[in-house]
Amino acid sequence: MTAVPVLETRGITRDYVSGGMFGGARTLRALKGIDLKVERGQTLAVVGESGCGKSTLARIITMIDAPSGGELLIDGERVDIARDGVSRDLRRKVQIVFQNPYGSLNPRQKIGDVLAEPLKLNTAMPAGERRDRAMAMLLKVGLKPEHFNRYPHMFSGGQRQRVAIARAIMVHPVLLVLDEPVSALDLSVQAQILNLLQDLQDEYHLTYVFISHDLSVVRHVADDVMVMNLGEAVEYRSRDAIFASPEHPYTRTLFAATPQISVESIRDRVARKAATRSQTGGSAGQIV
Amino acid sequence: MPLLEVRNLSVSFDVAAGQFFAVQGVDLSVDTGEVLAIVGESGSGKSVAMLAVMGLLPPIARVTADVLRFEGRDLLAMSARQRRDLSGSEMAMIFQEPVASLNPCFTVGFQIEETLREHTSLGASARRARAVELLTQVGIPEPEERLKSYPHQMSGGQCQRVMIAIATACNPKLLIADEPTTALDVTVQKQVLDLLLRLQAEHGMALVLITHDMGVVAETADRVIVQYNGRKMEDTDVVSLFESPKSPYTRALLAALPENAKGGRLPTVSAFAVGAEAQE
Repeated sequence: MTAVPVLETRGITRDYVSGGMFGGARTLRALKGIDLKVERGQTLAVVGESGCGKSTLARIITMIDAPSGGELLIDGERVDIARDGVSRDLRRKVQIVFQNPYGSLNPRQKIGDVLAEPLKLNTAMPAGERRDRAMAMLLKVGLKPEHFNRYPHMFSGGQRQRVAIARAIMVHPVLLVLDEPVSALDLSVQAQILNLLQDLQDEYHLTYVFISHDLSVVRHVADDVMVMNLGEAVEYRSRDAIFASPEHPYTRTLFAATPQISVESIRDRVARKAATRSQTGGSAGQIV
Repeated sequence: MPLLEVRNLSVSFDVAAGQFFAVQGVDLSVDTGEVLAIVGESGSGKSVAMLAVMGLLPPIARVTADVLRFEGRDLLAMSARQRRDLSGSEMAMIFQEPVASLNPCFTVGFQIEETLREHTSLGASARRARAVELLTQVGIPEPEERLKSYPHQMSGGQCQRVMIAIATACNPKLLIADEPTTALDVTVQKQVLDLLLRLQAEHGMALVLITHDMGVVAETADRVIVQYNGRKMEDTDVVSLFESPKSPYTRALLAALPENAKGGRLPTVSAFAVGAEAQE
């Protein structure tokens, strides 16, 4: 399987129909024909603002929702969940990690059981082995043996996200969809989780679809970047190309709105502010 | 004389194991016309310190300070009524979740006018006119029509604009914005920050921005205070903060920014994160 991409979509569309019981039905096209292709071990970042359809795309790739039109290919195989449903093997291949780890963990399930559950559902492994595997994965994602019998509420946000990632890779997926995995985390914890994701990608040769609204994170993790706006992929190129010269006006707007943290740009801003203050003439211009 | 002067501020809560200090011995001052950013991660006490200044903490919080003065007036010696008169008129605050900060049962016009009713002697028609003026000022199109809207009929960015209109209704001297753009998209974030800075410059008020986002700090602040675990780590101007941070925590925090990553791995704030993550 040299050249077969792990994930390919061809003209994926998704319609949401609202109303229609008595009045006319209104159709909202959330995805307007998305084409993408991700090779094994690569990371595709999908960037966009709320309502652009990036999470809808994530749900379709993960086979939670069926697309309204177009083709979804996983490992070169055509998948149609509306017609065939999803086989266990397909479920095993594609896993997802959500933004809010607390919302995606059962509060009454111990962490050890959270991790063993995917094996119980997807394999015929005996209980003892499931437990051993769960413990090994717990240690792999940087948690400790004593965490095995604890409940989700006893963990911090970063630790919970580690659990969610561990659960997703328990069944050795080839493709991991990460829907805003670090958006709810503090900066220092964000760095730890991004490092963990990178280590896991190297070790298991994982393929990532990384959904984010944060361009600085995207720049750090992505090989390719797809910028979405109103259900369309307005720009889809390699990371270096897109960051070097954004072509689409929307991409440029997005880049321009992203705060600059370089010392030069801060100096510029402070100088501009001092200039306008002295221009508008005021004793208010006294900064320390 | 600084507009707001705080010395040795501590806020503690009684917990089963004794006392928990959310803020410990923080000194800070804010001058008129200044944009001060208070930056820190969750649990650093950045919001609690400002809630203490506003007098918005629940009674179980123990607030102590050597000095807590607004325009030379001692906030600690004031009665609850006096502080209530002060907040909303001379000092005002906006919060992270604009949709949750507005009352879903009343129109935004009613909620803007409520502040004016409380703090000014304007008549009904003058209040309405002022509300229209405020909505225009915060950049909401068709202000007369929008006064009749309920919060759920507006987007998150528009709700934050309404919150800003309410907070600036009485031309406060100090505006505290607690993570005002965290729940918003980047393009909307830029618009809201631009609006805050414009109002700040036009009215010459002091703006305290509480944030965890170094990007927001870089784009807005004159001066920055870095907080960690309830303590102040650094207090410096914005250029020095990014150019030559003095505290090891600030350095670690800046190094953890993906923008500053050299090569593959991000350095983590491990030496400091030990306290938070490894306690469990």
